[in-house]
Amino acid sequence: MSYNIIVLAKQVPDTRNVGKDAMKADGTINRAALPAIFNPEDLNALEQALKLKEMYPGTKVTILTMGPARAAEIVREGLYRGADGGIVLSDRAFAGSDTLATSYALSAAVRKIGNFDLVIGGRQAIDGDTAQVGPQIAEKLGIPQVTYAEDIIEVKDGKALIKRRIESGVETVKAPLPLVVTVNGSADACRPRNARNVQKYKYAAVPSEAAADEKVKALIEKRPYLEIGEWNAQTVDADLAQCGLPGSPTKVKQIENVVFTAKDARRVENTDAELEKLIQELIANHTIG
Amino acid sequence: MATDKNNLIVYCEYEDGKVADVSLELLTKGRQLADKLGIKLEAVVAGSDLKDVEKQILPYGVDTVYKFDDKRLSPYTSLPHSSILINLFKEKQPRIAFMGATSIGRDLGPRVSSALHSGLTADCTQLEIGDHKDARTGEEYKDLLLQIRPAFGGNIVATIVNPECRPQMATVREGVMKKEVRDSNYSGEVINLKTEDYTKPEDFVVEVIDRNVEKSKVNLKGAPIVVCGGYGMGSKENFDMLYELADVLGGEVGASRAAVDAGWADHDRQIGQTGVTVRPKLYIACGISGQIQHIAGMQESSIIISVNNDPNAPINDIADYVITGNVEDVVPKLIKYYKKNTK
Repeated sequence: MSYNIIVLAKQVPDTRNVGKDAMKADGTINRAALPAIFNPEDLNALEQALKLKEMYPGTKVTILTMGPARAAEIVREGLYRGADGGIVLSDRAFAGSDTLATSYALSAAVRKIGNFDLVIGGRQAIDGDTAQVGPQIAEKLGIPQVTYAEDIIEVKDGKALIKRRIESGVETVKAPLPLVVTVNGSADACRPRNARNVQKYKYAAVPSEAAADEKVKALIEKRPYLEIGEWNAQTVDADLAQCGLPGSPTKVKQIENVVFTAKDARRVENTDAELEKLIQELIANHTIG
Repeated sequence: MATDKNNLIVYCEYEDGKVADVSLELLTKGRQLADKLGIKLEAVVAGSDLKDVEKQILPYGVDTVYKFDDKRLSPYTSLPHSSILINLFKEKQPRIAFMGATSIGRDLGPRVSSALHSGLTADCTQLEIGDHKDARTGEEYKDLLLQIRPAFGGNIVATIVNPECRPQMATVREGVMKKEVRDSNYSGEVINLKTEDYTKPEDFVVEVIDRNVEKSKVNLKGAPIVVCGGYGMGSKENFDMLYELADVLGGEVGASRAAVDAGWADHDRQIGQTGVTVRPKLYIACGISGQIQHIAGMQESSIIISVNNDPNAPINDIADYVITGNVEDVVPKLIKYYKKNTK
């Protein structure tokens, strides 16, 4: 038995390494100063898909990402690691989407791809940390979900056996296909790029990228597998009222660069005498000891 | 005048005869906000063997408890619990709905919000009532739920509102809000509802085959002293020094997100918006720069000591004591002088 798997991946700014130049003077984020990376838990999700592809030969793994044309980088990264194809969902109409509008657009694209057994994504993306898009897509598709997955153990008789890692421990569930699964960072790390795939897909591109590069354009004409799908709202029959800002029930009222009320900190010199004095003081006022 | 509609409703998690702390914390916050709005506080609990669960819930000032007692509702699975909330919310049209930012609430909340097309804000650190004016349309909204949360990896704080859609939904992590009984004799109504009236048979397609409940060995929330390491610890070996310091002081070791991501500590030690919130007597931050997402989880500590080789680390602004130096140099000295002075 083979399966059709869609992997949801997001290109995110690397919020884990925010340097001093990442914040502008007015307190807003200078996105340009942050490297764009493959959302970490989406890589864990990709690994689960690639593992299933090995277990069930003939299984097809398609990467789906929403973002600007630049997000094709994510699809290429997936192809290098073993995915079979990918689609970039890109439209100005999606700008300003909250999680609900995002899940609407992505679920429309999943429907358009069609004939899927599993939709696998990371539990959450590091730029928002909401963990909402997976379950919201599942609901829009009217199918079950398994969140906090650590291992998709097997798929048999139309059901997936999945280990979940939750606060209280480990749970194993069996859920029928088609199914949305969101994967934790505690799952196996993604395999590295495969040198042969890198050679094969080096020039894979979305049409808007290819249009700007004659060589890539010519290559794609010769080898159609190099073309990464580039879909917009119209391609996936999206209702514009449910996309972007108009489709987002949540609005950002205010963004602040937080200023904490600075305490009058006492500077303690890093000397033996000063550190011992500090310890003695903390013992004397019963903070420790 | 409070009615049966437009109230504030809290989804209560229930397991092994106990309502989860995070749910009681949300009831406490819910009561404050309901008072402010002049509406009722309601609770919904779905599970099996609920017995007299209302005794645990009503003292928080709950006016109505909706009970769904059904064997099939425990252990938790997404679909039946979602259907219960979706259909109950359609009927009761709550103005505001809260759930814990747990593996249950974060599984359930988005599904419900998707079905009702209502906005949901995850992992809020503050919830308030306030007015809002839409910058584009100029339209004004009174008494909205202001949902405040760090965003963008904790580098900014955003206030989110849901001007049009109801309920205004939010999740909050355990320990972020305080738990406080309103009145141990508070009288509220208990309404038993039938699971089959709110769910479909096909909602029960996901089977829980096996559950292996492990109590977390780490008790950060209850620890009087927390020694927390960040990326500035530099290595796993350096990070491991913190266990000795915590051990001699009688405390627990926590970690910043960066240290957890680096693989130096397990996820259950993570302190911050996406981890645990702590309020210890003493917090020793070692090699922690102090991203908002971290500070959100420890700023209410009574005394904060920061050990960092960067004299301008943001965490120093909220610290009571700042030691500028290398952690691998300072931490052993703290251990040494503590031992010497407590003999």
